[in-house]
Amino acid sequence: MPSETVPLEYRAILHWIRHGSSVLDLGCGDGALLALLVREKNVKAQGIEIDERSIHQCVARGLSVFHEDIDRGLSDYSDRSFDYVVLNQSFQQVKQPDIVLQEALGVGKKVIVGFPNFAHYLARLQIFFKGITPVTPSLPYEWHDTPNLHFLSILDFIAYCRQREIKIEDSAFIGQNRIIKIFPNLFALVAIFLISPLKSGGRSNGPSIWKNIPR
Amino acid sequence: MKKKPNVKQAANKSAGILVKRVDANKDNGLGIVQKNYFKFALPPGELILESGEKLGPIIVAYETYGRLNEQRSNAIVILHALSGDAHAAGFHKGDKEPGWWDDMIGPGKAFDTNRYFVICSNVLGGCKGSTGPSTVNPKTGKKYGLDFPIISISDMVKVQKQLIDHLKIDQLLSVAGGSMGGMQALEWLTAYPDRLKSAIVIATALKHSPQQIAFHEVGRQTIMADPHWKDGHYYGGRIPAKGLAVARMIGHITYMSEISMAEKFGRRPGDEKPHKFSAGSEVEDYLQNRGDHFVKRFDANSYLYITRAIDSFDVSRGKDLYEVFKRIKSKVLVLAFKSDWLYPATQSREIVRACKLVGVDTTYCEIDSTYGHDAFLLEVDEETHLVKHFLQRVSVENGVRGKYGVMEYAI
Repeated sequence: MPSETVPLEYRAILHWIRHGSSVLDLGCGDGALLALLVREKNVKAQGIEIDERSIHQCVARGLSVFHEDIDRGLSDYSDRSFDYVVLNQSFQQVKQPDIVLQEALGVGKKVIVGFPNFAHYLARLQIFFKGITPVTPSLPYEWHDTPNLHFLSILDFIAYCRQREIKIEDSAFIGQNRIIKIFPNLFALVAIFLISPLKSGGRSNGPSIWKNIPR
Repeated sequence: MKKKPNVKQAANKSAGILVKRVDANKDNGLGIVQKNYFKFALPPGELILESGEKLGPIIVAYETYGRLNEQRSNAIVILHALSGDAHAAGFHKGDKEPGWWDDMIGPGKAFDTNRYFVICSNVLGGCKGSTGPSTVNPKTGKKYGLDFPIISISDMVKVQKQLIDHLKIDQLLSVAGGSMGGMQALEWLTAYPDRLKSAIVIATALKHSPQQIAFHEVGRQTIMADPHWKDGHYYGGRIPAKGLAVARMIGHITYMSEISMAEKFGRRPGDEKPHKFSAGSEVEDYLQNRGDHFVKRFDANSYLYITRAIDSFDVSRGKDLYEVFKRIKSKVLVLAFKSDWLYPATQSREIVRACKLVGVDTTYCEIDSTYGHDAFLLEVDEETHLVKHFLQRVSVENGVRGKYGVMEYAI
């Protein structure tokens, strides 16, 4: 895939991941991100995916993947067995995001979380003026057929990280075909965070704590 | 829509008996294949079995398909299940039925014989050409019967390794098998970690559960209760046909699922009943038919020896599973089937869990199927897709030359 067609969120993730590291992608779908990481960063890749058809696509891409429910599949791994654990667009779809994220923070040295921003201005307008459940480019489903189980905003996630003593190392906010720099909670359709547990990752050799945090 | 195999055809293929009316000459598969024999462990160099007993000479019946490349790096060993044999694919001269996994082995198939050199041998203790209880004991000039030593899955694999040595293959590209074949694949992975690049482990378990042993034990008891069994000394006289047939009937019940039985069997038309208490269901005829067919092709003592080997298999050998799995150096593909209640997916997930803990590069897929344990012989499309791409990846990573060249990621 030529680099200009790589989605912006993939580019952000690609930027964070070290060459030759190990990556566990939770809810890896058809394996597009993992295959990209293998090709561009030569990572040791492992996916977990619940949909059988997606498993077939991953295998066709030469990926290793487990046919499992990430709501119950993580406890088998020993601590710190991956450099990165990715929860991209699957975070808001698991039954217990709190537990899954805590487990991901145990299994991975760092965790990448990507989710649709529920506080995007289009969503706000639809709720306020039309009084309907919002449908936006990053939340394209009707209320009755959405795979999403949890709806959160960028501010929700930041508050959650503070509460859970999770260190936010970096973040990227993405709108329609562009990176959002100002008022991300209003203009970003998708948010991606690079996080790590505050306790074990205390001394940072990367970006300082709370860098890039929108106010 | 998922393509399902024809139900009638599926019926005939149950547990390895593939009845496909294909003319060998018109078939685009392997055509006519031949059985070969390898003899080793000649006294005084007998093979020392897991039990400590010695056995020799040993004859191994095997077949090969495709060609071994110059680097001797494209060999795959296919491992058969309880009642299988070395004839995995193609046709024997004059036969109307191809080998038991012909759907998966051949030019362009999952185990593509244009690329790979495929080997399948009959297990030690079997009755299809390899040394077993129905073989003549050279010391007495009579068939072994129960004088044949107790054998294990590990002994079967040890014999396969001797065959691979004989064929001068240093490292296998893969080993693959379902059910008991999957146990052998697990044994290969842990006993000879340097001798293989990958393994395909289908519908199997790290060890048998009490429920699995129970079904086998009932089968063994029916054989031993047959008055013609005579403590295993029935060769030359009447065979314990009824006992063996009932054992096989029990087996077939466990190979199917509630749904596959409901789809396949209705009420028998007409009033004809095989016995007074017949409930008139086609399932009765099916089981009878399978049982009667089985006694013509299988030896009762082999059934006792092999089921015993399966039941006592434990890949960890009583040690810490983590320590045993740490030896694995291969890539692993684990497959299970949703409706398989004999080897339920939970058992495959235990294998996967052990692989995860030690960081073995593993892929696991639970295939949606209604065929029960038989699915490993019937869900050809799904298995073909997964096996084909898995093998392509392993062979590209290991520089096996073939027409595919470099792996293209589909992004």
